[in-house]
Amino acid sequence: MKQTTVPSGRFAFDRKAFAEGLRDGVPIGLGYFAVSVSLGIAARHAGMTPLQGLVASWTTTASAGEHAVFTSMIAQATYLEIAIITLIANARYLLMSCALSQRMAVDMPFWHRFIIGFHVTDEIFGVTIARPGHLVPSYSYGTMCTAVPPWAIGTAVGIMLGNALPARIVSALSVALYGMFLAIIIPPSRKSRIVAGLVIASFALSFIAGRLPVISALSGGTRTIILTVLLSAAAAILFPVHNDQTEGGEAA
Amino acid sequence: MTYTWLCIFIMAGVSYLIRVLPLTLIRRPIRNAFIRSFLYYVPYVTLAVMTFPAIVEATQSPLAGALALAVGVVVAWCGAGLFPVAVSCCAVVLIAEFFLL
Repeated sequence: MKQTTVPSGRFAFDRKAFAEGLRDGVPIGLGYFAVSVSLGIAARHAGMTPLQGLVASWTTTASAGEHAVFTSMIAQATYLEIAIITLIANARYLLMSCALSQRMAVDMPFWHRFIIGFHVTDEIFGVTIARPGHLVPSYSYGTMCTAVPPWAIGTAVGIMLGNALPARIVSALSVALYGMFLAIIIPPSRKSRIVAGLVIASFALSFIAGRLPVISALSGGTRTIILTVLLSAAAAILFPVHNDQTEGGEAA
Repeated sequence: MTYTWLCIFIMAGVSYLIRVLPLTLIRRPIRNAFIRSFLYYVPYVTLAVMTFPAIVEATQSPLAGALALAVGVVVAWCGAGLFPVAVSCCAVVLIAEFFLL
């Protein structure tokens, strides 16, 4: 990641941008740690070891995606289901990566895209896209260095502490992830009545789907996939968004 | 054991492809209005579906989970970030269950 092969001037290792990235990654890492411990509790229910939790969180870095997969693993989901659930739960990163690609200089060495793509998360994307001008790879690497390790270690800690923690603490921590989800979906609901209506409809249908005869027999992950595709497609047909709305403003 | 490792591998692989394919393949903005709109709505629907009623079922007392949902919505509505909202929800459950259980 440092000044290796391509000596293409402004894309060589930038110490200042890297330091700024390290700085901006610290609060993200602290938040990640707390949430990741709660994710570790879900991972523990899926029968994962601390090492597996560490590797899973390090390589995937996605709260919603990992949570959906861990809960599906408890239900012994098939490998195809795991792949589809990951795809659905992490589909928003597809949008974020689209937005990021528009901010990459044409002359930036291509290999940077393969490393930056590894850790596109809501928060890292948020601080990266908030900087003006073309994306500076050194900055992205800085944020990853301080934000991602706490995420990975937190999951392992959650798995290790799972049983040692009092039931009250586990119960409290288990809502941290949902709190994080609320922090992503509520602010855009305030700005857009359509998003607000969609969130309420999602809550309602998710509740009903868990109680309907045939549908409730499906796994939670499968229900999530079906509801997401149906509701998002319906919303896309009824309320198509204009280009300026989808330029990543919703993501951070 | 094998099952778990394979699931981790699939999850990591799919997540990486989702993130890296747009960065490497799509060099221009997507033009199709339906796909753009669909992708725009997906995160909100997925996260909402996963949050409720799961948040109420995650806690020892369903009422504590419901309170966490209500407080989380209000705090997020007021513009708090990911971390403060998550901590508020945890605190509500901790306090509520102290009285409820």
